[in-house]
Amino acid sequence: MAPPMNQTVVSRGFRSRRQEQQTLRDRVPSGQYVTTEFPILSAGPTPQIKVENWTLALQLGNSLIGRWTWAEFEALPQTTMKTDIHCVTKWSKLDTTWQGVTFDDLLKAVGGPRTSAPYIMAHCDGGYTTNVPVADLVCGRGMIATRYAGLPILPSHGGPARLLVPHLYFWKSAKWVRRLRCMEKDERGFWESLGYHNYGDPWKEQRYEGD
Amino acid sequence: MIETAAVPAGRLHWQLAEVREIVVETPRAKSIKLEVPDWQGHLAGQHLDVRLTAEDGYQVQRTYSIASAPEDELLTLTVEQVPNGEVSPYLVCDLRAGDRFELRGPVGGYFVWTAVMGGPLCLIAGGSGVVPLMSMLRHRDRRKNRTATLLLYSSRSLEDIIYRQELDAMAHRDSKLCVVNTLTRKRSEDWTGRWGRIDKALLAELCFPPEQHPKTFVCGPTPFVESVSGFLVELGHNALAIKTERFGPTGDRHD
Repeated sequence: MAPPMNQTVVSRGFRSRRQEQQTLRDRVPSGQYVTTEFPILSAGPTPQIKVENWTLALQLGNSLIGRWTWAEFEALPQTTMKTDIHCVTKWSKLDTTWQGVTFDDLLKAVGGPRTSAPYIMAHCDGGYTTNVPVADLVCGRGMIATRYAGLPILPSHGGPARLLVPHLYFWKSAKWVRRLRCMEKDERGFWESLGYHNYGDPWKEQRYEGD
Repeated sequence: MIETAAVPAGRLHWQLAEVREIVVETPRAKSIKLEVPDWQGHLAGQHLDVRLTAEDGYQVQRTYSIASAPEDELLTLTVEQVPNGEVSPYLVCDLRAGDRFELRGPVGGYFVWTAVMGGPLCLIAGGSGVVPLMSMLRHRDRRKNRTATLLLYSSRSLEDIIYRQELDAMAHRDSKLCVVNTLTRKRSEDWTGRWGRIDKALLAELCFPPEQHPKTFVCGPTPFVESVSGFLVELGHNALAIKTERFGPTGDRHD
């Protein structure tokens, strides 16, 4: 009964909403739809972290090369990033505004790139992890964000601080980030070990392993 | 450490599903029973992606939880209509037996329960968040040795309870399964069950205590999951033993 899958099956009676999507086509990757809401997806309860107990650590392998308290982190150069975000569960949100410390400025704060390790593992409160190539964090491409739309990020959205790598699917922008570990060899993080794509480029629709 | 289930490797291909039967569950939700010849199987709690194509080639994708047990012959989705949604109104109102569409999966290896993971099992659902939990209950129901299980299920009204008869029947013949419904909005005279939102006191009263190390799954709208999982942590439950799945007001999971 099944026709070859290289010819797509038309869904009887399903009507296009292409008109409203057309203007956004260059901004919205295939398979995504635009929402004005900000949906929340997390694998467990939302950690309630007080900023007075918060620190961010930067590691090279197992050795600590930098650590910041909240006050120290807030004193680092602050950058604002206006960007579109794309979640693997199909929603995209346009023109979001984030503020925080770029990965470049974090490296500067420890005296410049101390390593050529090409990968980072982000470790978060609640046990979540995600792996990101360093090349996707440097040159202003990634930051540790502490404000969304000018206000402190809500705990449910990853506050007090989350990773922001907006050109990858949003699970890479890990909530409640506490530790960045530079790695010589790539390792898979939480969703990357559970069938999701290791890199997650929304423009190539790299949702799941093998895409 | 976070406990997860193994996930089969390999690329997830789009495959064709044919609608065998549509079951009206509530005024807004229907179950869609599908024949998927190339389906490789799934674990209870996983979801899949649906892709619809219009005649002009326009495509949309959405993610839906699987309602059937891995052991079931047909793959079942239960879809609740989201007002102004792009996909769910089509699936709930327009789809008929014999229609075909594409899907791929299963996806998600975290929010899953298999009988070997044991229990006690604490399932807490808000609205259509019951769907992946139903897959777990159906999977459990096919076992001889069933682990002690609670389903605490919050619905707006009596008519909004999905799978009501099946859940009642399941609990009736199984002394180790406790199903507790609570209704949050519409009151009806003939309802003798619980009223009101799930709060900390109700969780303390009904859930297995933290000392029993229950496996807990919470699924529902974002505010529901936020409050319930927060209460459970406050009651002393290990946050790493609480697995959650949220869907937003836009219906990003079930739209």
